[in-house]
Amino acid sequence: MKQKKWPEAWHEVTPGCMVFTPGSASTYKTGSWRAQRPIWENKQCIKCGICYMFCPEGCISETTEGFFEANLDYCKGCGICAHECWPQAIAMIEEEV
Amino acid sequence: MGKRIGMEVGIAAAEAVGLCNIDVAAVYPITPQSHIAEHLSDIVHDGRIDAEFITVESEHSSISACAGASATGARVYTATSSQGLMYMHEILPIVSAMRLPVVMGNANRAVSGPLNIWNDHTDIMPQRDSGWIVMHAENGQEVIDMTIQSFKIAEHADVMLPTVLNMDGFQLTHMIEPLEFPTQAEVNKFLPDRVPYATLHPDKPMSMGCFNMPEIFTETLKAKDTALINSKKTIVKIWNEWEKQFGRAYKPVETYKTKGADTMILTMGSMGETASVAVDELRKAGKPIGLVKLRLWRPFPLEELRMAIKGCKTLIVMDRAVSFGGAGGPVATEIKSLLFHDKDRPRIVDFIMGLGGRDVTVENFIDMVARAGKKKDESYEYYGVRE
Ligand code: SF4
Ligand code: SF4
Repeated sequence: MKQKKWPEAWHEVTPGCMVFTPGSASTYKTGSWRAQRPIWENKQCIKCGICYMFCPEGCISETTEGFFEANLDYCKGCGICAHECWPQAIAMIEEEV
Repeated sequence: MGKRIGMEVGIAAAEAVGLCNIDVAAVYPITPQSHIAEHLSDIVHDGRIDAEFITVESEHSSISACAGASATGARVYTATSSQGLMYMHEILPIVSAMRLPVVMGNANRAVSGPLNIWNDHTDIMPQRDSGWIVMHAENGQEVIDMTIQSFKIAEHADVMLPTVLNMDGFQLTHMIEPLEFPTQAEVNKFLPDRVPYATLHPDKPMSMGCFNMPEIFTETLKAKDTALINSKKTIVKIWNEWEKQFGRAYKPVETYKTKGADTMILTMGSMGETASVAVDELRKAGKPIGLVKLRLWRPFPLEELRMAIKGCKTLIVMDRAVSFGGAGGPVATEIKSLLFHDKDRPRIVDFIMGLGGRDVTVENFIDMVARAGKKKDESYEYYGVRE
């Protein structure tokens, strides 16, 4: 079933707020909520993958070199990755407004 | 049409559900609904119907299990009362928002506290704004008929909303009445299989009841409100279909001897039976009194009420609940506000009575009519309260 990304009027809301496209939540970029962003210092990274596992957004992925990075379209800047990274390879820096 | 048999109304409610080809029932027993829960579980256990009876640990779970089952396309039923309904409260607006056609029976009982297990409407009134279709049955036959109708109404493509059928606890659920059951073939003819708008299935991923940002929440609520308002048309249509097939008429607002009546009593539920006897007595004494009975509480049948009370000068509203610190009983408050702009609206007298199982007799109705005639303003009054 095809549906618009965002209903304009009340009568365009699908009954029961049903969404027929799986994974459509990814079209909503939560990165705009962020006040701070994580910065990786790969020299300190031991490639343990803790940051990847703890990110509540699931927006951290492994690079081809085995390091990690965040998809800033979705990273909410919660700082959990930086908090959990025990070799302190991740720093949280203020977003420029 | 089968022959008339004597049966307890609660048992009859379960028997009626048994005729409706349900897939899942999730019911937690609570007085005075327990006979519905027990008998329905017997029907399933004895293999009389092919359904799943989920023995849940609470009403919060029963309504949640029903919501989940309904989302997969199943036909579901639950029943509760009083505290059980209050415990379901959190889930009720979610079921209607997800447009799931869950069918519920509610054996009306006073809400604690103080603890009281007897009949009034204080359990259903707090659920008023949940977005459910709310109906009231007056006698056992109506419980059977309206239970069967509920599935057709709830599941109709133009409705897709949950329904709750109120039946007064004890005063109705525990009565043994002469009842007529439609045959299985007749019910099958009336009630088609459910054709769900969408179903949850792992092979075809989709989401129901999705998160709403402020940008869309208002639109969603208006859509829900409109769906409930629009459901009245289909409800009336289905009631007409029922009348055609079974010969018993159902209307959103029922009237009894209202022709030429300048005073009318308005009831909801089983007390309409007693009130009709009072009306007979008063008519015999030459008093122009009529009776109006609200069958449909949500969506509120305003147009039908206006028609029913044409020419009425004093409308005596019987409220079996009270909005503490507010304008009085919920039924009278609602009617007052809806008729506010009507030039010829009747004077509305609001009696709060029949609370927590206190009997309201024929003599009480006659007395209330006399009192209403003397009352000067429209303030509400606890009828029969000891001063
Ligand atoms: S700041 Fe939070 S959301 Fe962003 S990458 Fe780290 S853990 Fe994930
Ligand atoms: S938690 Fe720190 S050390 Fe471990 S992979 Fe992530 S950035 Fe590297």
